[in-house]
Amino acid sequence: TDTSTRATMAAAARFLLRGAGSKASIANVNIGDQSLFGITLLRLSPNCSSQTKTQRRNAAHFTYHPDPVPTEYGPTTKMNLFQSVTSALDNTLASDPTAVIFGEDVAFGGVFRCTVGLRDKYGKDRVFNTPLCEQGIVGFGIGAAVAGATAIAEIQFADYIYPAFDQIVNEAAKYRYRSGNLFDCGNLTIRAPWGCVGHGSLYHSQSPEAFFAHCPGIKVVIPRGPVQCKGLLLSCIADQNPCIFFEPKILYRAAVEQVPTEAYTIPLSQAEVIQEGSDVTLVAWGTQIHVLREVANMAQEKLGVSCELIDLQTILPWDTETVCKSVAKTGRLLISHEAPITGGFAAEISSTVQEECFLNLEAPIARVCGYDTPFPHIFEPFYIPDKWKCFDAVKKLISF
Amino acid sequence: MATLNSIKNMYGICSHAIRQTTGLRAAKLIQQRAFRVNGALRQQPFDSSEEKPQFPGASAEFIDHLEFIQPNVISGIPVYRVMDRAGKIINPSEDPQLSKEQVLNFYQKMTLLNTMDRILYESQRQGRISFYMTNYGEEGTHIGSAAALDPRDLVFGQYREAGVLMYRGFPLDLFMAQCYANVDDLGKGRQMPVHYGSKDLNFVTISSPLATQIPQAAGAAYAAKRENTNRAVICYFGEGAASEGDAHAGFNFSATLECPLIFFCRNNGYAISTPTNEQYRGDGIAARGPGYGMMSIRVDGNDVFAVYNATKEARRRAVAENQPFLIEAMTYRIGHHSTSDDSSAYRSVDEVNYWDKQDHPISRLRHYMTARSWWSEEDERSWRKQSRKMVMEAFEKAEKRHKPHPDLMFSDVYEEMTPNLVKQKEAMWRHVQQYKEHYPLDAYAK
Repeated sequence: TDTSTRATMAAAARFLLRGAGSKASIANVNIGDQSLFGITLLRLSPNCSSQTKTQRRNAAHFTYHPDPVPTEYGPTTKMNLFQSVTSALDNTLASDPTAVIFGEDVAFGGVFRCTVGLRDKYGKDRVFNTPLCEQGIVGFGIGAAVAGATAIAEIQFADYIYPAFDQIVNEAAKYRYRSGNLFDCGNLTIRAPWGCVGHGSLYHSQSPEAFFAHCPGIKVVIPRGPVQCKGLLLSCIADQNPCIFFEPKILYRAAVEQVPTEAYTIPLSQAEVIQEGSDVTLVAWGTQIHVLREVANMAQEKLGVSCELIDLQTILPWDTETVCKSVAKTGRLLISHEAPITGGFAAEISSTVQEECFLNLEAPIARVCGYDTPFPHIFEPFYIPDKWKCFDAVKKLISF
Repeated sequence: MATLNSIKNMYGICSHAIRQTTGLRAAKLIQQRAFRVNGALRQQPFDSSEEKPQFPGASAEFIDHLEFIQPNVISGIPVYRVMDRAGKIINPSEDPQLSKEQVLNFYQKMTLLNTMDRILYESQRQGRISFYMTNYGEEGTHIGSAAALDPRDLVFGQYREAGVLMYRGFPLDLFMAQCYANVDDLGKGRQMPVHYGSKDLNFVTISSPLATQIPQAAGAAYAAKRENTNRAVICYFGEGAASEGDAHAGFNFSATLECPLIFFCRNNGYAISTPTNEQYRGDGIAARGPGYGMMSIRVDGNDVFAVYNATKEARRRAVAENQPFLIEAMTYRIGHHSTSDDSSAYRSVDEVNYWDKQDHPISRLRHYMTARSWWSEEDERSWRKQSRKMVMEAFEKAEKRHKPHPDLMFSDVYEEMTPNLVKQKEAMWRHVQQYKEHYPLDAYAK
């Protein structure tokens, strides 16, 4: 799978690391590295450079609003999402001597910098590269967990998790059940970058959570920002069930907020009501929360509509109660996700809410999702369920 | 280029912040760019006669003529054996010198497994259990390897390794309980027959998907290595399963990550109906080991001492050196693949008979024992009777037991019972209570 991209990334990273000032802080090093890499490529490619003036990058399709600074978990530091992942992994390796982190290119810090510094701090037997083979990575992680270690596996992109589908669905998810609880791989966590990134095209943009939502035995968790990311990831690692933790890669650098430096957990299978409202319930997860937050503001300003915004956070097993309670109050529901609509997780939420809240519903449940196509390259702005598509759906919900 | 751009942009999510710093880097950038672009034109002169390859991917010499490496399949990796078909030790220095008690134990475990196989096979034919897979012809691979392990060594199996459990003392009652899926089954009646597992005996529960256990065994061996408690892991699989991608993954991971692991391949000539010449074209499975940088050996799987010796040495070195070993045990699947298969549809009775009558692990060990006067016709008759009685007792007991409580359908999906599953369990009971005459409630524990 995708050797050219991986090779490019690894080469780029090696190249960049050499060029970077060795004592500079992590954040600065990375910013410098990126620019160097980007510009180098542009200059090496004359066709590209002539187009840069006329073809500006599309602006991000969302605006990140930092969460309020958490006060209950001690001192905080400004972190972006990838740094909050590192912080969670750091806390885990420090407190659990059996914990190991492995995957493709994690040793030098990972292609998204999530494991920077961990190998130096905890040793190469605890943070190590594997051969390039996803089914091997997950199988290996299951085995380590069965033998009692805390196994934190990385799949480089969620798009490349499918070679490990058999190990996840037939093995990890069913280990405890089929053995009558003699054996389990509850200490396994699989992390993977997830979601659209502006130009990731077919294999660097996917949101595969619905494939896994149909699989009893695993948990699937997706954070919306650095604070949730660290707390939910630490919950996944501590949870005694195999977990898949999807990290919205577009937020790795874009989302910055104050994150507690010590370990803390945010409960799984619990949705969070981010903003209370009375007219429409909006449900999403990951980056799409930030799209819907803006939609809620637009609805308030332009339509005088009060939206209740819910971050589902855990896809499986999901928090039916919080969502149904909200819909019982508002009477209207819009669910939005980047993944294709048919068979997407919104279908599950929609049919459950319809069963539970039939008498409260005042309009058909709306799903604003990706289209039923592969994730395209140049057409991404038209593909994603952006704020205008969601806003229009709110308008229709209200006027039904 | 599209990919390159996309990656560049992924690295550059905070793009405007980044671009401001570019000026500072310009000088270095031009240098590096010049290096990349002009490198090919600026090669320094050198003396090619002393040249050695510098490629990071392999350590090798240059050669100046075109020559493809030929696979050696005509005379393959030799088959190690200790005793001949008449049970005679061929090379005394290879005799493991096991005591009479040990050898009798080997023999009794192999024959007890054989007796259990016959009874459970018949019981499936009578519809008393739903499915069964025998171990005919492969008893020697199980007992010989199991005996060479430490009881703490974790075992990952495929499904035709019941002898390993038998050797470790898994009670007949529990074999039967699993096949009958009764209340005594440690697996709570959830899996098909012969999917055994035992935490106490360090035998990881069997699952049907082939080869999935192979990379898992590598992970478990890695964890064992970090624990530093001198434990090894053994992983069994058939030659058919070795074609799965997971086998490739497990071999490669265990070598690069230096895992104390023994891969034990039972090459019995068939994967259901598929003969080995449709499974692979190389020199079996053993020949793949060196390709992964793995110490490898091929043994006579019908020679329990050869299996024992190879496993013993592989285990010793795997733990001492933290590296994987591959043992390919050549054998023959005498029985049908399973009770759902009639093997006469794809192979001759003569072929089967040769292995059953002339080269069988049980008869070979019996010859060895008889020659030492450790075993007589009388011993054989009385052990047959006794073992049959033990199996039948366990069989009848298992048959009479209730099936597990239906609540156990819902537990252990997760460690905790999720609210969703609690609701579904309650809904099932409401339904079953209302329609109880349509459900076999009497057969289940209350």
